[in-house]
Amino acid sequence: MSNGHPAHHILSVLVENRPGVLARVSGLFARRGYNIFSLAVAPTEDPAMSRITIVVDVESSPLEQIVKQLFKLVDVVKISELDPRRSVERELMIATVRVPAEERGQVVELTNIFEGKILAVGTEAITVSLDGSPEKLDDFEELLRGYGIVELQRTGRVALPKLDKEARSRVAKGKAS
Amino acid sequence: MTEKLTGAQALIRALELEGVDTIFGLPGGCILPAYDPLLDSPIRHILVRHEQGAGHMAEGYAHVTGRPGVAMVTSGPAATNMVTPLCDAYMDSIPMVCITGQVPTTAIGTDAFQECDTVGITRSVTKHNELIMTADDIPLMVRQAFHIATTGRPGPVLLDLPKDVLQNQMTWHWPTDSDVEDSLPGYRPTTKGHPRMIKEAARLILESKQPVLYVGGGVLKARAADALRELAELIDAPVVTTLMARGAFPDDHPLCLGMPGMHGNATAITAMQKSDLLITLGARFDDRITGRVNSFAPDAKIIHVDIDPAEQGKVRRPDVPIVGDCRLVIEEIIKALRDMLAGGEKQADISAWKSRVSGWREQFPLHYTQSEPGDALKPQYCLEKLRDASPEGTILCSGVGQHQMWSSQYWKFNEPYTWVNSGGLGTMGFSVPAAIGAKVGRPDRTVWAVDGDGCFQMTAQELVTASVERIPIKVAVLNNSYLGMVRQWQEMFYEERYSEVYLSPELPDFVKWAEAMGCVGIRVESPEEVEAAIEKANSIDDRSVVVEFRVDAGEKVFPMVPAGQSNDDVILHPAQSSQREFLR
Repeated sequence: MSNGHPAHHILSVLVENRPGVLARVSGLFARRGYNIFSLAVAPTEDPAMSRITIVVDVESSPLEQIVKQLFKLVDVVKISELDPRRSVERELMIATVRVPAEERGQVVELTNIFEGKILAVGTEAITVSLDGSPEKLDDFEELLRGYGIVELQRTGRVALPKLDKEARSRVAKGKAS
Repeated sequence: MTEKLTGAQALIRALELEGVDTIFGLPGGCILPAYDPLLDSPIRHILVRHEQGAGHMAEGYAHVTGRPGVAMVTSGPAATNMVTPLCDAYMDSIPMVCITGQVPTTAIGTDAFQECDTVGITRSVTKHNELIMTADDIPLMVRQAFHIATTGRPGPVLLDLPKDVLQNQMTWHWPTDSDVEDSLPGYRPTTKGHPRMIKEAARLILESKQPVLYVGGGVLKARAADALRELAELIDAPVVTTLMARGAFPDDHPLCLGMPGMHGNATAITAMQKSDLLITLGARFDDRITGRVNSFAPDAKIIHVDIDPAEQGKVRRPDVPIVGDCRLVIEEIIKALRDMLAGGEKQADISAWKSRVSGWREQFPLHYTQSEPGDALKPQYCLEKLRDASPEGTILCSGVGQHQMWSSQYWKFNEPYTWVNSGGLGTMGFSVPAAIGAKVGRPDRTVWAVDGDGCFQMTAQELVTASVERIPIKVAVLNNSYLGMVRQWQEMFYEERYSEVYLSPELPDFVKWAEAMGCVGIRVESPEEVEAAIEKANSIDDRSVVVEFRVDAGEKVFPMVPAGQSNDDVILHPAQSSQREFLR
């Protein structure tokens, strides 16, 4: 699919916005031996609900079992598996790159080409940000690496179904025990 | 009119309204406020000697009544002592509500005295848990807890109540059913099976030439024993009942093959192995049943009925998955079968299969070698005598180990809810407290706990609870001075190198110990004494009785499928092993 990781799947999990929900979800992954590749959590348009976007690594365990076990959590209201071809994905990255003043222009140029932003400039370093598809971020990160990355943080991806076609969901809308 | 109550009063009233008649518990600092209104409540409180006992008693109560067992303890160490019963109830899908005290909300997170992260610790061993932060939430949280514990796949739910939440004032209100449902948008168990899948299941059943009904604890949870019997008789197929399902189908029924699995009988194991269709009802393909999974029932198609969708395909991919309540689904399958039969379809001829199964049964009955006069007593003999002398409807509880397997093998379970044991978690020490809880739930029944000497020493102090609370149970301790099952594995798989399994032949003195706890103690050392001792124990109604049977330490449980091996390689009793080609 994307990111050079064919075994990754995106789960969009709608949960009740209550204390401990993230602990329940992450605890379930730990307890059942599933790997989380990335995780992003925030409230939705309905303040009573949060959406957790989980990129799961299913080389170790079938996706179906993950989804079913997640569904058993009382706080989990809905789970959609998003097909990358039928969804829009975005991720944000912030990176500080060590670069002497005379070469700074190259990094600025690179950031402009990728339509990123300059967030801060120091004498020996520059902090840039980029949002976009995870693949685009991978490419940008690769190019920055040549200059020397001091610190880098990515948010993990968030995703929603594309508007023209409905997100393919492997899971029925009904809830399980 | 608005009525003001404390959180504690609201809690006790909510429990009363949920129909709770008994709480098993032990008070302490943070739960103190809840124990005050309990004095004015009709709810009976049973004061245990250890919080683990309260949890297992609640489980025993739930096992035999089908109603959720309730345990209430304080914070910190009391809550951690509850972890084992919660996990046990989670593994065996026992409906249970556990209430723990917590330090005041202002002290949470400060490492206060007797503080622990109860909801964090118990998250993975409960179906659901909640830390209640305001007294106004108590009625809804209690209603949610009972709803979640008893519906779908049952399980334990824990409510953690900070002391100030119990002390604060709230305005009393009682949520309606729809309030509860609306408050749980993510909880909608599926109970009705999919009609297309049910038809498909019926079609496979009619086509099968070698069907087996593989029955698990879900049939008991769904109160589906009658429906199961109707289905089995309609299709005339043999039935195996797992350790969690003993009693779901009568052992004396001609179609009943008894228990399959690691210590199942050769016929039940082999019938599953050779089957072409496993009609799986409320069972979960546990490793103790399947042996090595990739060689389990290789030619069988699988119908899998379970209320928990996550069980479908977890171990073995079903050909026909049906998510739903076992009773409703079985009834629908029966209806579909009757319609198809009425429409002229015929069931495949299974007579050859049935005679093959009968052949195994004749060839491979459960077997042990009777002791010669003067030799040590055989544990199986004690259980046979106990079975034959106990009144009909006796509830049998057991701990975990050899005595548990022998109990399941040698008892005749002809009625549902007469067998209480720790299947999934395998909790040593389960027996005595579970038997006390069972007796509280069914005071009209004789309750026997079969225990090992190892298990008994883990929780025996609850017999003090039984004596003080006047809950007369009977305990048969099969004392072989060893952690017997571990000893058996060391004998068979570790070249008889016995490491830390020898307890003591003389210590403790079980008779004196029983007497010290207010029970009658009886010691039995030879086969001639067995019947008289059991008769005496059965005749005592006003006190608990402990009968210590000094049994042969060398006795092993057979048959046995060694862990991780194929069911095809079941080890038979040495006296039968020369006939193993008959299992083909």
